[in-house]
Amino acid sequence: MRGEQGAAGARVLQFTNCRILRGGKLLREDLWVRGGRILDPEKLFFEERRVADERRDCGGRILAPGFIDVQINGGFGVDFSQATENVCSGVALVARRILSHGVTSFCPTLVTSPPEVYHKVVPQIPVKSGGPHGAGVLGLHLEGPFISREKRGAHPEAHLRSFEANAFQDLLATYGPLDNVRIVTLAPELGRSHEVIRELTARGICVSLGHSVADLRAAEDAVWSGATFITHLFNAMLPFHHRDPGIVGLLTSDRLPAGRCIFYGMIADGTHTNPAALRIAHRAHPQGLVLVTDAIPALGLGNGRHTLGQQEVEVDGLTAYVAGCSVESALEAASLHPAQLLGLEKSKGTLDFGADADFVVLDDSLHVQATYISGELVWQAEAARQ
Amino acid sequence: MRLVILDNYDLASEWAAKYICNRIIQFKPGQDRYFTLGLPTGLPRNHPESYHSYMWNNFFKHIDIDPNNAHILDGNAADLQAECDAFEKKIKEAGGIDLFVGGIGPDGHIAFNEPGSSLVSRTRLKTLAMDTILANAKYFDGDLTKVPTMALTVGVGTVMDAREVMILITGAHKAFALYKAIEEGVNHMWTVSAFQQHPRTIFVCDEDATLELRVKTVKYFKGLMHVHNKLVDPLFSMKDGN
Repeated sequence: MRGEQGAAGARVLQFTNCRILRGGKLLREDLWVRGGRILDPEKLFFEERRVADERRDCGGRILAPGFIDVQINGGFGVDFSQATENVCSGVALVARRILSHGVTSFCPTLVTSPPEVYHKVVPQIPVKSGGPHGAGVLGLHLEGPFISREKRGAHPEAHLRSFEANAFQDLLATYGPLDNVRIVTLAPELGRSHEVIRELTARGICVSLGHSVADLRAAEDAVWSGATFITHLFNAMLPFHHRDPGIVGLLTSDRLPAGRCIFYGMIADGTHTNPAALRIAHRAHPQGLVLVTDAIPALGLGNGRHTLGQQEVEVDGLTAYVAGCSVESALEAASLHPAQLLGLEKSKGTLDFGADADFVVLDDSLHVQATYISGELVWQAEAARQ
Repeated sequence: MRLVILDNYDLASEWAAKYICNRIIQFKPGQDRYFTLGLPTGLPRNHPESYHSYMWNNFFKHIDIDPNNAHILDGNAADLQAECDAFEKKIKEAGGIDLFVGGIGPDGHIAFNEPGSSLVSRTRLKTLAMDTILANAKYFDGDLTKVPTMALTVGVGTVMDAREVMILITGAHKAFALYKAIEEGVNHMWTVSAFQQHPRTIFVCDEDATLELRVKTVKYFKGLMHVHNKLVDPLFSMKDGN
């Protein structure tokens, strides 16, 4: 069992001349790392009476927790929903390439597929720690096939399914064993969804509402059964209506279990959602915002800067932020909130003492300069390589 | 004594910091030549945001001191008297304190040497006076029952042994204590008054702290500010390698 302060003999790294994201603020503090975890320097000083073995000057840059992408369908030519002969190397390729975008953990996402695909692919993508080889796999996100016909979006109609007959057994028959599964997106208006949601929640799997025509009441009931996430808010669901806000209304519903925070994914590329709509959601419920890419196999064709009227959306790899929201808010939406969604906030998505040392070095425009996993440098921008 | 009067808290703090900086540089410390800085004992140890946290966040994390050269009295030690005696011994082994920096309580105490403390006392366990407990209550959410009633402290005699003593006094609530400390006699009810018998004492204060002093005293020392300010002229940094 690893000790709280990491292996006592291991090297102590001190990142200095930087601003770190801690407690929702950017503070001028040093970041100390040992044994792959964030270290408490005060304890080191008074109890162990040690100083750092190595100091790294960060040139005044920002150190933020590594980004966590909970919805990514593939990239760089790889499609996670394809039952190819080299599923593992496909995942590995994406895992390695997203390091340059500051993503240190992700959930490979499979769209609606026939059962054969799930049976072949799911067992081949286990949970895996990140490192120099690539970002860590936190588990799979299965988006569909238990979704609404009208709101299927780009999902193939032929493979949509229901679980009216045998509820959870139908789900198991479709997906196969759920060991590697972390998130399931389904439409709660489908018959017997509540049994399914409860069963998934009991197994520690995060249930997300999406591709659905559910009204607000149905959505609230689903949350009572255990749902905690909304897949790409606004997209593939009924539009907000002032007499029935639908799933979007969950952001401000007062009929949810006490103390429960509902998280919602947003594809903040300025195209899937008008930035004004993104801002309404963010202002209504800032603690629930989770930035996702929903990237497709064509990801990797370059970053860009988009202007939409008076709003500016900066798309920089897998981090997108909308001007008008604070830097700290944007960073938390890409790291802390997805970690909280998955119940991992003690070890991921944070720079608190004891957390895994997965972090990114950013310049003031939030461009990734370097990526670290478990305190090890796993990617560095060309310019910084001097 | 020297009495250095600055306009406000920030200027007084800055002056004191520059002075300490200059003293260390003039001393030319090195591998085998340590400048021993004494600091007040502060909060009792069993505060969750303890004195250790305070010292780490406000001082140690900003400098490159070897942790082994930072000695703090441990209020949780099994044998408190032994801890105090060991502390006195460490001071002696380090060659004595070169500069002791301290504050003054509203009741005129230095460190936790409450009114009535012997003026030749050494490091020991002290029971705190009500004034001190009230002053510390703000660190314990204003709950008096939570404030520790005892603390380890260096003695008046311990501080008197230092080669130089600097006392920082700011704020109107300290004015009466300052008056008692420098314009009245040496008295164990106002333990800071002991430093009237120390060869090198310097009091750094702001205007508000002088409110109970005689106009004559204040005018005299303000007139010496041009001399005092020479003490904080920037010296070459040690890093410049002189």
